[in-house]
Amino acid sequence: MPERIDYDAKIPNNVNLADDRRLQRALEGWQPKFMNWWGEMGPTLQTHGVYLRTAVSVGREGWAHFDHVNVPDYRWGIFLAERDPDRRIAFGEHAGEPVWQQVPGEYRADLQRLIVIQGDTEPASVEQQRLLGLTAPSLYDLRNLFQVNVEEGRHLWAMVYLLHAYFGREGRDEAEGLLLRNSGSPDAPRILGAFNEETADWLAFFMFTYFTDRDGKYQLGTLKESSFDPLSRTCEFMLKEEAHHMFVGTTGVDRVVQRSADLIREHDTLDIASHGGIPLDIIQRYLNFHYTVSLDLFGSETSTNAANYYTAGLKGRWQETRRKDDHKLTDDSRDLDRPNGDGTWTSDELQAILLLNLDLRGEYTADCQTGVNRWNKILADADLDFRFKLPHPGFNREVGINSGHHITPDGNIVDEATWEASRHRWLPTAEDLTFVRSLMHPVYERGKIASWVAPPRQGINGKPFDYEYVHLT
Amino acid sequence: MTTTTTVTFERHPDTYRHWKLSVDGEVAWLEMDVDEQGGLVPGYELKLNSYDLGVDIEFYDATQRLRFEHPGVKAVIVTSAKDKVFCAGANIRMLASSPHEWKVNFCKFTNETRNGIEDATEFSGQRYVAAVNGSCAGGGYEIALACEKILLVDDNSSTVALPEVPLLGVLPGTGGLTRVVDKRRVRRDLADVFATRSDGVKGKTAVDWRLVDELVPRVGFRESVLARARELAAESERLPGDQGVQLTPLNPEVTDDGIKYRFVDITYDRPASLATITVRGPEDEPGDLHAEGADGWLLRLTRELDDAILRLRANETELGTWVLRTEGDPTKVLAHEQQVLGAKDWLSNEILHYYKRTLKRLDVTSRTLIALIEPGSCFAGVLLELALAADRQYILDGPPIDDEDSEERASVTLSEANFGPFPMGNGLTRLQSRFYGDDDHLAWLVRERDHALTPAETVELGLVTDAPDDLDWEDEIRIALEGRASLSPDALTGMEANHRFVGPETIETKIFGRLTAWQNWIFTRPNASGPEGALRRYGTGQKAIFDRKRV
Repeated sequence: MPERIDYDAKIPNNVNLADDRRLQRALEGWQPKFMNWWGEMGPTLQTHGVYLRTAVSVGREGWAHFDHVNVPDYRWGIFLAERDPDRRIAFGEHAGEPVWQQVPGEYRADLQRLIVIQGDTEPASVEQQRLLGLTAPSLYDLRNLFQVNVEEGRHLWAMVYLLHAYFGREGRDEAEGLLLRNSGSPDAPRILGAFNEETADWLAFFMFTYFTDRDGKYQLGTLKESSFDPLSRTCEFMLKEEAHHMFVGTTGVDRVVQRSADLIREHDTLDIASHGGIPLDIIQRYLNFHYTVSLDLFGSETSTNAANYYTAGLKGRWQETRRKDDHKLTDDSRDLDRPNGDGTWTSDELQAILLLNLDLRGEYTADCQTGVNRWNKILADADLDFRFKLPHPGFNREVGINSGHHITPDGNIVDEATWEASRHRWLPTAEDLTFVRSLMHPVYERGKIASWVAPPRQGINGKPFDYEYVHLT
Repeated sequence: MTTTTTVTFERHPDTYRHWKLSVDGEVAWLEMDVDEQGGLVPGYELKLNSYDLGVDIEFYDATQRLRFEHPGVKAVIVTSAKDKVFCAGANIRMLASSPHEWKVNFCKFTNETRNGIEDATEFSGQRYVAAVNGSCAGGGYEIALACEKILLVDDNSSTVALPEVPLLGVLPGTGGLTRVVDKRRVRRDLADVFATRSDGVKGKTAVDWRLVDELVPRVGFRESVLARARELAAESERLPGDQGVQLTPLNPEVTDDGIKYRFVDITYDRPASLATITVRGPEDEPGDLHAEGADGWLLRLTRELDDAILRLRANETELGTWVLRTEGDPTKVLAHEQQVLGAKDWLSNEILHYYKRTLKRLDVTSRTLIALIEPGSCFAGVLLELALAADRQYILDGPPIDDEDSEERASVTLSEANFGPFPMGNGLTRLQSRFYGDDDHLAWLVRERDHALTPAETVELGLVTDAPDDLDWEDEIRIALEGRASLSPDALTGMEANHRFVGPETIETKIFGRLTAWQNWIFTRPNASGPEGALRRYGTGQKAIFDRKRV
């Protein structure tokens, strides 16, 4: 497996595509369909070049190359992390055996499903964000949006590669299906709920890249543990790229909070709407919304599917190899908090293997909390008393044990009327959305930035903030 | 009992341990004389003409040789060489000590042999007469039931009986119950009385209830039986023939990795739980059928395939998938087929019916059957039936995998052979079964006869499950086979059996699909095979203890 990427090929890759007629034919057949999709569903804003990062190698050393690229000419390709020839299965009933280089027939359907679901999320976020370029707060942010979009596109390629390379005709049909479903489409929506929500404004975009892309990070982390080595290596490299998306979200919210804090101090009022800032309670409501719809992506707390995937070795736990247990989980137990109709909570003890989704969600929540701490530190540094808070995991849930219950952000079980009466305090209202949208004026001048967000501490790849990250007409 | 016994299926009358075969003009005597010490597996004695698989393998050999080596025989008398005992049925200790899959396989083979006897009566003009000269119980009576006529000695003590339910807590599961009501049309309430009486029925009652056809006095029993057989022979429509065809030994090369015959090759892939069966077409144009005898392509191939199926079933129970392939020239296959189909003499008739019975063996084999149709294969006419017997068919739409520049492509050819000569147990052809109730489609297939069909055409005509191209082929097939191997063998057996037999029921399908299925269920229940069950307690002087719940 050459670590260098073959850039002379029609499709850049490090999977020896040149030697695989079947795969070449499949991918080259798919490429124009992808380009059509990008043209129709990708970013609306036309540019003359965006300062983009392109993968040129997958090793530990510098793997990225930066340059202005005409976005449709971006070299989407297929890059897998390096192969460890001694890698062995770390968990489940096959633990200790060599990892699989081919899909075992027994697990074809399950693996295909996992890859299709993961693959479906990648183009979905591009579709959700297609209009955001029209209201970018700065060229720097516009560039980041494009970077996230082209990489989501590349992640789609990564999943399509697996479908084409290992799943035969059915895989090719599924790969085509990834372009036929569209976010929010009434006829053929994306598979997962969160990916059919509109990303209407830049605060939503930052929240999405912080919370929802972070779910992606954790899902990829479990697939990186997979016994199916090509999937593992694909996800490993995707995680590297995904880190930038987290960065966009984290620093994006940082900068909104920073700007709001600055405006609060400057005008000595929390009501900074009239001063072109986003009030902290609106930010909290956005946070509540994006965090809870992202929790839904983890699926049901108890899941026999997840247990089966684990036992079969298809999908592990976050950082499986660092866990100190038997990696079988059939004899371990864990507690699950269950809401009751009478407003109380019960704790059930269940087999750990049935609670893998909960386990992953726990890792995710802890990770989300670090961001909240960062934002609170900004508020503390500005001598403000307001603090952001992650809502209770039972709040506003459509999936799992809490769905169907009315749970407040503090974790109190209330009746529907009580919940609905306070809804406007917890989740973004139509007024909130309208207000935020009213702030969304594009700023395309070098070095300038919109009123509602602070500039970043540093630019991209050592470039200053006022660098011309995007060439516009 | 652990069946480390490797079973072979070739026998010869010169070395039978349990039967005597003698020919007297148009009548043959097949006399059962089971050697008590001659069990196939150690651990039981074959008392009172009770039988095990080994006894039945000889029985099968005899019925086959009668058809091929004795064209002049028009009636066969099945009787016992032991005094006052016809046959006590399957050996109970053998059943009690056998693993489940052995029991099931034994019953299946026994059923096929009995169906073969009926086939000989119906299609070969070899009419079977059971001369019941003594006690005849369980499987013994089931042998008699397979015969066209049952003559019972009128000695005021010999009975016919199906004592399985009262004595063993199982069923007379090799055709007994079905043939009593369905073939002999015994009234169902009388059948109920009969099948719950351990001592059976004798004399006039047996005749009145239609359990037997005639009573024959003890004195002069053999002469009377012979006279009756001669009458039947005189009415036989067996096609004339004087020179039989000797069924010479097949001499396969058997190794740990497979079996090699002249026209059939089997290779095992144990890690993948599969066996690949490759059938080779004829090397030459057809010669003289009678002169070639057992070396003629279709007869030789059928014998090899028959032997292979039986060996795999008995000895390779964990190879759950059989991949069916062919290699050769389809035009030669069709030429040989045409010669046999066109000959209309006793030998071609026997070959066709033998091939038909062998295909039926595939139909009732509890293995997944997958046909792979590749360039260089010869799935034409008679050999296409193999693919149609399979649960799935894959055709390679492209050049051979190892030679992408080759012009060679896979094809299949429909012929006369696919439209009648080889019906399944349900009385339908495999095409009629595949397109059950769709007469327009069948008419379309008739129009597409006698020319090679391309992969695309086979897809259009619904003859294949899928037609992966050369780029997808290996992956698609690998995944299909691996996926299959991961499923529950029991669920697959049930599922395949349900899908293979559509449409009408016949005695045959009822025996395999209904009686056997019930029998297999009962066999695994504690009431039969638990430590206190009837099979275990039989002959110990202790009564079985039953779980009284009706299920």
